[in-house]
Amino acid sequence: MMKKLTPVIEWGTLLLSTGTVCFFMVVILWDIISKGAPSLSWQFVSTLPKAGMTQGGILPAITGTVLLTLITALVAAPFGICCAVYLNEYASDNWFTRLIRAAIRNLTGVPSIIYGLFGLALFVQALHLGTSLLAAGFTLGLLSLPYMITTTEEALRRIPASTREAALAIGATQLESIRDVVLPSALPGILTGVVLTLSRAAGETAPILFTGVAFYINNPAGFLNQEFMALPYHLYMLSTQHQAIEQVRPLAYGTALVLIIVVFLLNLTAFYVRYKYSRHE
Amino acid sequence: MKLALRENIDRTAKWVFRATGIVVIAILAGIFFMLMWNTIAFFLKIKPLDFITGTQWNPSGGQARYGILPLLVSTCLVTLGAMAIAIPLGIGTAAFLSEYAGKRLKNILKPLIEMLAAVPSVAIGFLGIVVLGPGIAGLTQQANGLNALNGAILLAVMSLPTIITVAEDALQGIPGTYKEASYGVGATKWQTLIRVTIPAAAPGILAAVMLGVGRAIGETMTVLMATGNAAAFPKGFFHSVRTITATIAIEMGEVPYETTHYYALFAIAAVLFLVTLIINMIGEYFVNKYRKYHSA
Repeated sequence: MMKKLTPVIEWGTLLLSTGTVCFFMVVILWDIISKGAPSLSWQFVSTLPKAGMTQGGILPAITGTVLLTLITALVAAPFGICCAVYLNEYASDNWFTRLIRAAIRNLTGVPSIIYGLFGLALFVQALHLGTSLLAAGFTLGLLSLPYMITTTEEALRRIPASTREAALAIGATQLESIRDVVLPSALPGILTGVVLTLSRAAGETAPILFTGVAFYINNPAGFLNQEFMALPYHLYMLSTQHQAIEQVRPLAYGTALVLIIVVFLLNLTAFYVRYKYSRHE
Repeated sequence: MKLALRENIDRTAKWVFRATGIVVIAILAGIFFMLMWNTIAFFLKIKPLDFITGTQWNPSGGQARYGILPLLVSTCLVTLGAMAIAIPLGIGTAAFLSEYAGKRLKNILKPLIEMLAAVPSVAIGFLGIVVLGPGIAGLTQQANGLNALNGAILLAVMSLPTIITVAEDALQGIPGTYKEASYGVGATKWQTLIRVTIPAAAPGILAAVMLGVGRAIGETMTVLMATGNAAAFPKGFFHSVRTITATIAIEMGEVPYETTHYYALFAIAAVLFLVTLIINMIGEYFVNKYRKYHSA
């Protein structure tokens, strides 16, 4: 009897831990979707907040997050791709390369709030950008850089050496081979990495706390040198700092749902690019 | 285009690419010097010993106190709690995925875990307030459930994807011959997992745990929203605590530029930076050790 039961218990332990992890995920999704969906409407995503945030929509927070993510991409993608190209195409194994790699690994582990402090000291104060969309975008760009480099390098590594040798053999310089052959064939992989990195940046709150985010901006357009609203910060304020917390709870749920939809849409895009690419191979 | 010109462009491009590598090093150096510079400015005003051994954090009181201990203990408490939950769950799930789950089940579970990793920390913190908080409050008869336990559970959820993914990679990396040898001497699947596969993958699993710890210690929004943020010395899992990250997030927005309080926040950030740096280095040491061990 015991002998028959033992494998069941053993197997059950592992199944239980896996089940618990899935349970967490289901609770997170179910709670946010079921309670956020009633607040979701065209009016919610297309109008300004009204009556001290207790009514109206979250349009400025959506446009703020979109603009912020765009600036992050403009900062992190060119630098990240160039650095990955250097590491994968040019660098030999010497102390300089090892130093860059060590720096990237350490930057990946730096807590996001410390990026926030760095952005405050460097962009807001030293470079006199003030608390602004630009300063926050630059800060998130720095935070995203190590991920951008790692994912791009992985994409470049998948391109076989023979591809590069073929380009060099017909007389292309190394730059021409990279520009016309290596980068185009690695493009889907690079894009996947860029989009995944941006989905992470879009949900970050800590780095933008002191670099430019604001609770209420009465203007959806957004200017580079002004403060802005963002979805994650809006959710934070609605759920902890608002004077009528219970009253704005539906709005908080709606904001959480919109934020999750934005992040998952970016992830789905990356997933789709990767899927399409892997089928072509 | 002339060949000489093309070669010149090629040479210039190489330097441009190399310059981006220097930028990366400069960012890390910049973060390091910013923290050190402000920490030194802080230590010119407050004795380092008072900072390290002080049991009170009260920068705005009549007599300002800058003791890091309550914040450090809070951070450790929440992180330890998170790991007590996440390590067994993470390793169990990784073992299930790598040893038991079929291909079809894996194709469902792995994207689900990736989705969990993608949920923004502020959304997890929000659920700590609206779901977990009332739940804990109901169980413990407290006014609200915003305490160290709440934060620990949320951080466990957040570090689980990291731990599962890295630990599963480690388990998958164990050569099939190890397991076959174990089956060959009559061990069951479970005995093989516990006595052969997991010990062989131990460095990789340790690396997974270290990465999880690093993620939990540095997390800001979840603990800021879920742990209640009482500045008193932490009394236990059922009391409100305030971590290093939460303290920076709460106070940085309000402190005047270049005051002792301002410098103090950089000093606690420097401590956080050093702790995460050490933990990530330990994690990396185990990853490398694991790699060497199995490529040999």
